[in-house]
Amino acid sequence: MIAAILEWLRSSDTWSGDSGLGARIIEHLWYSLLAVALASLIAIPLGLWVGHTGRARWLVSVANSLRAVPTLGLLFAMALWLGPKIQSDLAFLIPSIIVLVILVIPPILSGVYAGVEAVDPATRDAARGMGMRGLEVVRQVEIPNALPLILSGLRSAFLQVIATATVAAYIGLGGLGRYLIDGIKTGDYVSTAGGAVVVSVLALLVDGLLALVQRAVVSPGLTVDSTRASRTRSRRRGMSAVDAEVASNGEPSRSEPVLPETNRRIPS
Amino acid sequence: MTWVNDHWGDIFTLARSHVWLAGIPLVLGLLIALPLGWAARRWSRLYPVLISASGLLYTIPSLALFVLMPIILGTKVLDPVNVVVAMTVYTVALLVRTVADGLSSVPDHVLQAARAMGYRGFRRFFGVELPLAVPVIAAGLRVAAVSNVSIVSVASLIGVAQLGNLLTDGYDRFITAEIVAGIVACVVLALVFDGLILLGQRLLTPWLRVRGAAGARS
Amino acid sequence: MKRMTTVLALSTAAILGLSACGGGGDPLSTDSPSPTGSGAATGAEVVIGSADFPESELLAEIYAGALKAKGINATTKPRIGSREIYLKALEDGSIQAIPEYTGALGFFYDKNFKETDPEKVYTAVQGLIPAEFALLEKSAAEDNDSIVVTKATADEHQLKAIGDLKAHAGDLSLGAPPEFEKRPQGIPGLTATYGVTFGSFRPLTGQALVQALKNGQVDAANIFTTDPSIAENGFVSLEDPQKLFGSQNIVPLVAKDNAEQFAPALDPVSKALTTEIVSGLLKQTVVDKKDAKDVAAQFLKDNNLG
Repeated sequence: MIAAILEWLRSSDTWSGDSGLGARIIEHLWYSLLAVALASLIAIPLGLWVGHTGRARWLVSVANSLRAVPTLGLLFAMALWLGPKIQSDLAFLIPSIIVLVILVIPPILSGVYAGVEAVDPATRDAARGMGMRGLEVVRQVEIPNALPLILSGLRSAFLQVIATATVAAYIGLGGLGRYLIDGIKTGDYVSTAGGAVVVSVLALLVDGLLALVQRAVVSPGLTVDSTRASRTRSRRRGMSAVDAEVASNGEPSRSEPVLPETNRRIPS
Repeated sequence: MTWVNDHWGDIFTLARSHVWLAGIPLVLGLLIALPLGWAARRWSRLYPVLISASGLLYTIPSLALFVLMPIILGTKVLDPVNVVVAMTVYTVALLVRTVADGLSSVPDHVLQAARAMGYRGFRRFFGVELPLAVPVIAAGLRVAAVSNVSIVSVASLIGVAQLGNLLTDGYDRFITAEIVAGIVACVVLALVFDGLILLGQRLLTPWLRVRGAAGARS
Repeated sequence: MKRMTTVLALSTAAILGLSACGGGGDPLSTDSPSPTGSGAATGAEVVIGSADFPESELLAEIYAGALKAKGINATTKPRIGSREIYLKALEDGSIQAIPEYTGALGFFYDKNFKETDPEKVYTAVQGLIPAEFALLEKSAAEDNDSIVVTKATADEHQLKAIGDLKAHAGDLSLGAPPEFEKRPQGIPGLTATYGVTFGSFRPLTGQALVQALKNGQVDAANIFTTDPSIAENGFVSLEDPQKLFGSQNIVPLVAKDNAEQFAPALDPVSKALTTEIVSGLLKQTVVDKKDAKDVAAQFLKDNNLG
């Protein structure tokens, strides 16, 4: 089986043409990027606002409860509802993207919110004391301090979306899901397995890339500090730290409700 | 709504299999993750290995894992065991890290106190470390429960019946009410699992309620 | 140790508690009845599988109902998947029978299957299927693949038969179930037999495919001839003069061990089914959204089979 998968991966037939592996990977990345970008447009400002003002925290809980919605069901419902309303091929793309956006809003939102909320109140006060106000505090203090958690939220979002974009194939779209679904339909398990391997590798590559980005853009002050402080901080913040960790594991709707009420229950 | 009213029996039967297909892996996954998580905490070299391995498992699309199970296990193509094993894999992948992190969250001074009181080895693990790690592990378990309920629905694509059948059948016959019923049933089930785990956690950690009254002092 | 036991006991109790709400029992086994002792003895449970499209589900319910009427403990296992999968299930004993189509089986077991006459197809297929399978009596009812276009498309390009597509297909898109892309009588067959090669392919199934054709997201679709949505939407089903899709009579494919046991119940069913009847029944499940089980029961009752 493994030999057959390697053979499949090496074969030029697999790679060539409009529906070849190369084209499928690009489609897959395109759906994923589009979904994360749109979700970020919604979730990042929202998370900053909730974290900064401390208002409407229920939004985070609502977003987290979205994770219980089965992706497949949401996809079918969207396709049925929107399909007849849209004339072009967008009838397949739009429902899929909406579903993926809904899937990745929770990890991005909780990352941003948890990151901003975790900013030391003393730091924030100091910024205010230096004469910064509202948006300045957000831009110059909260975002840089929250960056590690924001980025781990994004990493989690990418992992989830790459693994889940496969379901879009079920409503007639392309992407790597085609290998899974066509393989199942035709009993060609080698292509199913091969497709799955490519999805995993792609997810890990993107995650690795983002890890490098994370290392590059996070303020050195934070990283130095974190070696000493992370133990105590993760103790103090308990669940959120674990969440951020767990969050980098995500996959299809298998993901992590951030549980604010447990935050305060860690024995310490 | 008419559709739902006419099909309570079907929904109920499917929900019952859904509970098993999502729930058994949760228990099995926890049983497997406990020793693994303990090992990852005990030997620090093992930690990155186990964490990367579980991260890798987590990126395998569920549909592919379901389909490949009969080939890996030698089971029959329609055997629900395929789904149970695949879901257990995901549960373990999620929980190993949580268990390890949960055990790490037990403060050193507590461990030292336990040692001073004569707690050692297994007795210390089961008597002190594990109980104190319960909140973190329970949180991870809730994550796994919610995600299991959602992923199991994909199994309809490989002919194992559960609530996901409402989704695929509704899509094939254009019955919106059936799809909505499937989604709602999955969400309700996830909430039930979540509530039960939360309840279990409260029962297992009575000291937290006492402390809540005394106020946090960290 | 005690705490640990409590944790485990509790989580187990939670699971058991949940399932107890469901009335106990082991739903895992109710959903996949144990295939042990492939039903040779009466009373043993037999499972009728179905493919993942409504007509197959309906036929499986009809077969199961007819078997039950003869005192055989039959259940259904709906929506297993495509032919490639459910034949494996029949092989490994997970199911004991499945509604099939003669020509499709011929193509499945022989890539160069040539027969098109219903009788010849049936006889030839009997020689092709594995020794552990058996075909019961075929029905006169036929459900063939077809290439379907909207009335507007047919008028625009003056299409009557599949071959008329030859000049235009390059600009048109075809929607069909994913397996159609590689099956010998699918896209490769269209090219080989009619010289028709579509510009693009969109894998879709069921009513989603019908909607896509209706909304113009695909220009042509591979839809079964019995599909009520053809008449419903005034689609034009293109003729297949070269018999690319062959003859597709409905026939029960069963495990050899069960053939003798099933024949008295299923042969009369095959006799009672006609293409019109199947279309009519299918309209009830797909258009009127009735349950396959109920439609099947009514059919059996009307024909004194249930």
